[in-house]
Amino acid sequence: MMLGKHTDLIARPRPRSHKWFRGEGWTALFFLLPGLIGIVLFLVLPILASIVLSFTNWQLLGSPRFVGISNYVRLFTTDPQFWTVLRNTLFFTVEYLVLNIIISLGLATWISSLKFGQRWFRVIFFLPTFTPLIAVAMVWMLIFTSGGLFDSLMASLSVPLAGVLNDRTLAMQAVVLTSIWAGVGYNTVLFNAALDMVPSTYLEAARIDGATAWDRFWKIRLPLISPTLFFGTVMTAITSLQVFDQIYVMTKGGPGSSTATLGYAIYQRGFQNFQMGYASAIAWVMFALIMALTALQFWFQRKWVHYDA
Amino acid sequence: MLDIINHAALGLVAIAFLFPFFWMVSNAVRSNAEVTAIPARILPNVFEWGNLAAAWTQLPFGRFFLNSAIIAVCVTVITVVVSCLSGYAFARLKFRGRETLLLGYIGTLMVPPLMLIIPLFLIVNKLNLVNTFPGVILPISFGTFGAFLMRQFFLSIPIELEEAARIDGASRLRILVSIIVPLSMPAIGLLSLFTFIGQWNNFLWPLIVMTGADNATLPVGLTLFQTQQGTQWNYLMAGATLSMLPGIFLAIILQKLIYNSIALNAGMGGR
Repeated sequence: MMLGKHTDLIARPRPRSHKWFRGEGWTALFFLLPGLIGIVLFLVLPILASIVLSFTNWQLLGSPRFVGISNYVRLFTTDPQFWTVLRNTLFFTVEYLVLNIIISLGLATWISSLKFGQRWFRVIFFLPTFTPLIAVAMVWMLIFTSGGLFDSLMASLSVPLAGVLNDRTLAMQAVVLTSIWAGVGYNTVLFNAALDMVPSTYLEAARIDGATAWDRFWKIRLPLISPTLFFGTVMTAITSLQVFDQIYVMTKGGPGSSTATLGYAIYQRGFQNFQMGYASAIAWVMFALIMALTALQFWFQRKWVHYDA
Repeated sequence: MLDIINHAALGLVAIAFLFPFFWMVSNAVRSNAEVTAIPARILPNVFEWGNLAAAWTQLPFGRFFLNSAIIAVCVTVITVVVSCLSGYAFARLKFRGRETLLLGYIGTLMVPPLMLIIPLFLIVNKLNLVNTFPGVILPISFGTFGAFLMRQFFLSIPIELEEAARIDGASRLRILVSIIVPLSMPAIGLLSLFTFIGQWNNFLWPLIVMTGADNATLPVGLTLFQTQQGTQWNYLMAGATLSMLPGIFLAIILQKLIYNSIALNAGMGGR
């Protein structure tokens, strides 16, 4: 075994090793190297390249030219679409986040109240999470398509519609609903697991003291699972700011720009118009937004998250 | 009595929740004319079971399935091997700058994948790997989450188990492969599962890199049913059903592993 011999060699401490590789430095380097090469090449380098790109006007063909901050200036001042995109992204994120957390917390609490069969309900709500979002979005597109099931349903209630996805205000609602169905399962299982960890003695004691089910939820269980609730909220916010697949399938950002989000704009600018520099600038705006929203939540958590369980 | 009502009510919610799955299958086995007929029918007039097979001949679905499998399996294997090696170094080996490097690894978790898409594509393009399997697999095989996860798990393994082997003169690599890895199957299992499903469902990256129609993955291949002439809904739903089967199967048979791994997150969220 060549590999075995090789490691025996480097595992032995070398007498004149550099100070960085004292102790088990050489062995550690051998263990870390495959990962480090990948990370430098496919994580560190791309991040640096992305910053540099965002200050150029590279269009894939030809050579990039340094243009300073003009991509960013153009985004915020002359691009007619950008503010719409930014507003759509925030609108989607806030509505999706609020609905996702409320529904998943509700389902998790409801499931935890069951005497038997909890795991089957968990599996059912979790199923869409494990299926390709593209396929899920296509099923919902069939439901919402012009003359589809949803239109039929609304027609029977005497509400005439001609395709929710063709409507400037309703299209985003269809995207949100699809995303909720696709994504609510993870948080449902997460919160359900957290509720399972609340010691039953606490709830028992409260019951004996005469606390109602309502009080037990708001005053005992919710504060006790608040760290998990916070974790779920932060993670959901980060993913929803990057929404792409549903938009690509269901609306392609339309009608007009009414469902175009930052994620879709990056794809459009980068891989349809090949404006690599401009698309990179959008990507950094998205990153800044993610950081800002996460920081905001960390700041806000002091008001509602209890770690002293 | 109240219990029964409670179960039945949530049961109804669950059935309503499952409806889109039913609608997908129900539309996969009817004619395209019937899919768009008004008013919509819950069940097809004529069951066309042949659609499920016909979808396979309309587009090279076998090929798409295989492409998806190759990519998901390769990314999973590389991720697990690299994560075990790095995780072991972080958990057990003493070297300068270990804590700093670990912090750096954790820090990269905050970088949104969507942000890296453009530079990653340019790198793959530079390496002449566009429309190749290495081009789609390698850039997404080196996430830092796995290293962190494996480190956490390795730390929970008693160090005495290794010390005996060390005295007997076993190399670090031997210890990792024959002692640590067999004990770490729960963590390796959940890392494999979530990596595999993540890549099976991945859309944007293969869409960008795999430019040839023959190299499409299942999610990318599905979009090929949406043509200029309109959408072949019945075949599209047949393809969607096919693409969902592995995930649904895994979610059901591995429900305990999934619950435990998410419960681990729920527990860690509190720390």
